[in-house]
Amino acid sequence: MKASILEVPRGFWSLLVGMRVTLTQFFKPVVTVPYPHRTLPIPARHRGHIELVRDPATGRPLCTACKLCERACPSDCIFVDGAKLEGEKKKSVTVYTLDFTKCSLCGSCVEACPSDAIRFSKEYNLASTRKEDYQYDLVKRAAARKGSS
Amino acid sequence: MSFLLTEPYRLLLALVALLAFVAVNAMYLVLAERKGAGRFQRRPGPNEAGYGGWLQPVVDVAKLLSKQLLVPPGTDDILFRLAPLIVLAPAMMCLAVIPFSDVLVAREINFGLLLVFSFGSINVLAIMLSGWSSRNKYAIISAARVVSQNVAYEIPMLLVAITLLMITGTMDLNEIVRQQAGWFWHWNLFKVWVNPLMPVTFVIFFICMLAETNRAPFDMAEAESELVAGAFTEYAGMGFGVFFMAEYANIVVGCSLATVLFLGGWQSPFGAWSGVLWFLVKMYALVFTVIWVRWTFPRTQFYGLLNLSWKILIPISLVTLLLASALLKLFPA
Repeated sequence: MKASILEVPRGFWSLLVGMRVTLTQFFKPVVTVPYPHRTLPIPARHRGHIELVRDPATGRPLCTACKLCERACPSDCIFVDGAKLEGEKKKSVTVYTLDFTKCSLCGSCVEACPSDAIRFSKEYNLASTRKEDYQYDLVKRAAARKGSS
Repeated sequence: MSFLLTEPYRLLLALVALLAFVAVNAMYLVLAERKGAGRFQRRPGPNEAGYGGWLQPVVDVAKLLSKQLLVPPGTDDILFRLAPLIVLAPAMMCLAVIPFSDVLVAREINFGLLLVFSFGSINVLAIMLSGWSSRNKYAIISAARVVSQNVAYEIPMLLVAITLLMITGTMDLNEIVRQQAGWFWHWNLFKVWVNPLMPVTFVIFFICMLAETNRAPFDMAEAESELVAGAFTEYAGMGFGVFFMAEYANIVVGCSLATVLFLGGWQSPFGAWSGVLWFLVKMYALVFTVIWVRWTFPRTQFYGLLNLSWKILIPISLVTLLLASALLKLFPA
């Protein structure tokens, strides 16, 4: 009897405590970001699709078209081709296509690369309604990229 | 222009003003609700339409008005179309007797409290009709819930109102406010020398008001996670919009009534500069509390809801009633 009567004021007090908690949150600053206008920095280890690293001096891709990444890929979504340019010792990449519909971002290609010529990008606004939009030409994308590397 | 203040025109003017008041309140309380929900969850709320989202209600109304009014096959056509009207009209009727200030009242009636309660209970009927006529299992379940919930909560609310009536001795809302003139301890909420349980009666009144207006944590009629949208599931466009308006109109009526009965209506808390501003401040403070409660507590289960009423609120309100009557008998004013 006594316990069940005491339960009423105790229950009511617990409600007030809950309301105090929400009211303190009410006056604290907003923690979300209005997405298209402002974005949060992407974490350093974010895995976007892979991209070619460029030589900061020449602006050309570091890739030597050794095709180790092509062989390392478990889903067979990379195609690489290269050619030897006049007066150069190493081959340089001419074709590098990535079929992003099949890529699972496992990173085997990045690990396999002997010359650190590919890395994960920070791209994530990649929505499209057509499958063909995901056949990336990484040489073209690297050339179009701003910045030195 | 002075003919506008003679009786039939004045009433007409007041009713038009009340229609506008209800419509604007419904629009902007929806925004306040969404903004409030945002703030309670540490996000900004709607902020795209207009500066800081101020045009959001206009956009919402434009969207709702442009939608087709669907009447699904197999519904009870007349009742289905009638229900939104029956839910909104009584809420507006109630506001006609609420005194916004000493003179700012559409119709001063000496049984205003009775009118508010009798029209307020039509709300249940309308939600039941919409659920009944929708030919939808969720709507039917919702209708059944609304009826049992409102039967359960009407009782403590009326018991509390009777307690208050015995103290005030009148049903005239203006007169009730006039009796609370002076400093804030003259408000019925703080009149502990008349009845030491007065703050408790206010809390009971507020809880019952939440339940009567089907607000969270008692939103059984519209429990979206269980019943889609309850009685409003089959309504499209402005049919749904009117139910929404009615919900907020009912909140305004409930908070106005709580202000008039317990918080001194348009009386200022320190005995001077009484006026409509104080009424609005108190009323909107209560509306904010309603929003605050909604975003604090999860929905109760149905038996929890009924237990709260039958096992806690009704016994306590009976005790306050007995105490008030005993004290009035022992120490007549």
